[in-house]
Amino acid sequence: MSIQRRQFIAALGGGALAGIAGCSGTGGGGQSEGGSSAGVAGETLTLTTTTSTYDTGLLDEIHPDFEEMYGVTVDAVAQGTGAALESARNGDSDVVMVHARGLEDEFMRNGYGINRRDLMFNDFVIVGPESDPAGVQGMSSATEALTTIAEAEATFVSRGDNSGTHTKELNLWEAAGTDPGGDWYQETGTGMGEALNVANQQGAYTLSDRGTFISQRSEIDLVILVQGPIGGGPEILANPYGIMAVNPGVHDNANYDLAMAYIGWITSPGAQDAISNYQMNGEQLFFPEAVSENPDFQQYVPEGWSSDSSE
Amino acid sequence: MPLEPVAQLLPVVVDSPFREGYVRSIIYVSLYVSVIAVTLSTLFSLPVAMVMGFTDFRGKQFVKSVINTGMGFPSVVVGLVVLFAVSNQGPLGPLELIFTKEAMIMSQFVLATPPITAISLAAITGVNENVRDAAHVLGGTKLDVALVVIKEARYGIATAVLAGFGRAISEVGSVLIVGGNIVSSSGISSTRTLTTAIQLEARQGQYDTAMVLGAVLLAIVLTVNAIVVRLGDEGVMQ
Repeated sequence: MSIQRRQFIAALGGGALAGIAGCSGTGGGGQSEGGSSAGVAGETLTLTTTTSTYDTGLLDEIHPDFEEMYGVTVDAVAQGTGAALESARNGDSDVVMVHARGLEDEFMRNGYGINRRDLMFNDFVIVGPESDPAGVQGMSSATEALTTIAEAEATFVSRGDNSGTHTKELNLWEAAGTDPGGDWYQETGTGMGEALNVANQQGAYTLSDRGTFISQRSEIDLVILVQGPIGGGPEILANPYGIMAVNPGVHDNANYDLAMAYIGWITSPGAQDAISNYQMNGEQLFFPEAVSENPDFQQYVPEGWSSDSSE
Repeated sequence: MPLEPVAQLLPVVVDSPFREGYVRSIIYVSLYVSVIAVTLSTLFSLPVAMVMGFTDFRGKQFVKSVINTGMGFPSVVVGLVVLFAVSNQGPLGPLELIFTKEAMIMSQFVLATPPITAISLAAITGVNENVRDAAHVLGGTKLDVALVVIKEARYGIATAVLAGFGRAISEVGSVLIVGGNIVSSSGISSTRTLTTAIQLEARQGQYDTAMVLGAVLLAIVLTVNAIVVRLGDEGVMQ
């Protein structure tokens, strides 16, 4: 018994040494040597993104192509739009993929993000129980649907986590001229998947991005009651995704070369096709919009920006 | 959603949600981070407990209250503090530790240290005064006395270490914040542990997968607890 314990303690000690040794061997991302064609090989790109791009499985599907092409690793951290931008602001990521144009514009205006590109879009849908207690099924106006839900005081689950979807939801309430509050309005503070689960348990309404809803449809009993633009619904429910590199002028540790390689790759026809072909439960989740004969110049700068507008 | 018996869930482990090695790599990361954190924590905590057990110094009560407060540290707050420390903007920023196992080890070290110190201290002070006196009378130096006491308290100290391990491996808040729950696209975990994987699967509504992972975590914790109980019994039977 005592011998075994000694061996155990010796093994623990060895583990600690290995651990300390491991500490000194990480944190790559050093400056790549110029001149070699594989200048970024072996490096790691940190991407902070939304729960919707991650939880739908899209990134796991398309990233191997990029990783093989450049011989690198992509660390995707799913946080939600607000947190993803905050990580990038602190210099903890190299590239961000998010879906809240207002927050993205602010991020660019403050100098943290550069070289923004439109990446892809899907849309938001209002989902709820089939019984539809508030009677919003088939409404063509999202704001009218929300107002109806508020008046009926039917339970509504809000993400409440400063994510892209939460931001959109707040914009919709504002547009509807309603200030939601009361027992019927519940903020979960979680990712989209969990919010759908909560709404499902409670027979509640919620605003979801179509991608996450489709990927979870088999697990829950909720149905789409108000369609987004993809299903012929109002334009206000559009959900465009953008991608930006972290400004190396602000954070000199940002892996800018690799971030731009990633943006170049994901906006290329090949990767855009891969996004287009990604299906779940037989449905396309994301619609690419980076490749266009007539590029929209507003994608590179904050909306409404022009060179003579006073910054 | 009705919960089928666990036996029916076992195929899930080898089924498509798991590419080869996914679960194994998650278990590996969990054990790697917790074992190293607890080892480092023990190396730090034991000397502290010994100094406090054998000597009197000014501020001893204060140190004691710090340790006891530490027992109740909410893990998410520890995660937050470590995040500020290792973030690019923080004092350790240049080391680029954010979203790595090392950052997770740091937060678990902070979490495991108070219980290991407190329980070791209780074991050391719990050694009968007579034993100390006897060692003194037999002409032992301070070091000899200390060694005798440590030998007497060894089961309590082992219990302390395992308690620290239990806290580390079942903790979710801090490792999620500082580790980022990352799995490479080849399906091998980089900073995803059993607890954060369960959190992710629950978020995605994959309850059966979450339950399998939960069963694995439970098995590890129960094993550790069984060892604690056994050591306690041996200590009593002496």
